[in-house]
Amino acid sequence: MSRFRPTGVWGFILRRLLLGIVVLILVSILVFLATQALPGDPARAILGREANPASLAALRRQLHLDQPVFQQYLTWVTGLLHGNLGRSLEAQEPVSTLIGSKLVNSAVLVALAAVLSIPLSIAIGAWSAFKREKAFDQASSNLLLALAALPEFVVALVLVILFATTVFHVLPAISTVPPGSRPWNNWVALILPVLTLMIAVAPYVARIMRASMIEVLESDYVEMARLKGLPERTVLIRHALPNALGPVFQVIALNLAYLAGGIIVVEFVFNYSGIGGAITEAVVNHDLPVIQALAMLIAALYVVLNLLADVATILVTPKLRTRL
Amino acid sequence: MSQLSSDWVADAQIAPPLPAVHGTSLLRRSLKLWRTRIGLALVGFIVLVAIIGPYLAPYGPNTPVGAPNSDPSSKAVLGTDYLGQDVLSRVLYGGRSILVMAVLATALALVAGVAIGLVAAYSRNALDDTLMRGMDVLMALPSILLALVAVAIVGPHAWVIVVAIALTTTPRIARVARGAAQPIVERDFIAASEAMGVPRWRILSGELLPNTLGPLMVEASLRLTYSIALIAALAYLGLSPNPNGANWGTMINQNQLVLAVQPWGAATPIIVIALLTLGTGLIGDGIARTAAGIDRARGEE
Repeated sequence: MSRFRPTGVWGFILRRLLLGIVVLILVSILVFLATQALPGDPARAILGREANPASLAALRRQLHLDQPVFQQYLTWVTGLLHGNLGRSLEAQEPVSTLIGSKLVNSAVLVALAAVLSIPLSIAIGAWSAFKREKAFDQASSNLLLALAALPEFVVALVLVILFATTVFHVLPAISTVPPGSRPWNNWVALILPVLTLMIAVAPYVARIMRASMIEVLESDYVEMARLKGLPERTVLIRHALPNALGPVFQVIALNLAYLAGGIIVVEFVFNYSGIGGAITEAVVNHDLPVIQALAMLIAALYVVLNLLADVATILVTPKLRTRL
Repeated sequence: MSQLSSDWVADAQIAPPLPAVHGTSLLRRSLKLWRTRIGLALVGFIVLVAIIGPYLAPYGPNTPVGAPNSDPSSKAVLGTDYLGQDVLSRVLYGGRSILVMAVLATALALVAGVAIGLVAAYSRNALDDTLMRGMDVLMALPSILLALVAVAIVGPHAWVIVVAIALTTTPRIARVARGAAQPIVERDFIAASEAMGVPRWRILSGELLPNTLGPLMVEASLRLTYSIALIAALAYLGLSPNPNGANWGTMINQNQLVLAVQPWGAATPIIVIALLTLGTGLIGDGIARTAAGIDRARGEE
């Protein structure tokens, strides 16, 4: 690919897109090899030592283990591209029906966390930069440092102890979404998981916003705007804020990508019925098709969001655009 | 806690590059900051608890000492857990395996990542591209997902967890090593060594490696924390080598359902993990601030 170098913004997007596709193909090979072509017999690993030959042969056929490895891979990938994610061994259902509603549940969780935490953390970051080295800045950066250091299952459980089980008893400790019901039907149960994910993302966005805003506030055009006698509010909101957002977009997209992995533990803590909880369950049950499908899904989400992060950064940073 | 903190620092335009100061001197200078000292004290305390805890524990990790979920008493200072085992004893026993696995995984990743990163930086050709794209692929899976898939396939053996965590850590260390080595590769003394016919591996280990230690130390300390958190998280998800053994993650899982009755069974390991990760977070911040300070001072010279 080193010879093929289309230029300009669209060329860059095209190059990143191609790289993303290459990465996804390699990830699919990795996931496939790890789950299917491992030394030993997956059918026997699933059914156990005592399985009878007939059911072993049936399962091998179901998993296409009787075909050559390359053929198996092609069958699996073609299925994926046609939306056929395979059949769950545990539930004896197509994986797509099994995870359809869980996907919606997880999306609700991540979307709520993103919509609530991003403006909040941008505001905190911008205000910290404006009040640099003052009490608000120091308190918020120390708090954010502490929150960023804690693993999210620790944050989640501290919230449970504080608000659900021990100190106060105001919120539910588990957030199960019964089949047929929607997460927003019981929105009180969403508060703690959403809060946990918000805390997982906010420190990074706020920190980069503060750093970016400090740089902008020291720039010549902000100085110029002030010298023109514009009110401080106009300088901040009209001149400084939009220009400080560039680097923040990348961090936001990276953090959303991170949430794709973060929901695994958070959904387990709250027994929330999403894809994160589903993959943990599949791991415990040795349900290979579900693991493969969900691993690919989460990886694809991760790659797409990383791609968006790069493109967004290029689009909002004129300096970088001209260097392409 | 996000896996991203050092990744995005590496990417962001505005992050100051870490200076090539020798690792130990950077750490020594960062000790002037209170946050580094507090961080070191916290980490030292928890690590000490994990190492000598088993010798101090009043009971064995699986000894029944009273009724399940009993309140703290003179017999069991933090009460008993859901099986009637002593919470304090289990906490004292429960850190060692996590710590050993995390140190092994980070050490493994450090060796592999530094080797890959330095070779990539030094080669300056297609090998560089190939190696780093390979690292990108490994990073395209969230760490916990990669660990989950590995454990799902091979089983929750200690070596599987160590190798899986090392796999997720290696590309991040390789990126930092490559980034730190790249400007040095261009310097004259490397060209001089090449001209004198110094073997390639000696240039890598003798010239490049010492000059990348500073940034690598920061990265390694961060990665160690993430490894500890990941291993504890896996155990919390029910995936540990010994499902009934004393392990901070396992303890939280087992006693979460009885939080309303006897909070200490889950709360104590939560507090311990929180203090440990806070400690490493403070150390990392202290070192980063010191490095940024050195940079600023150099800029003003």
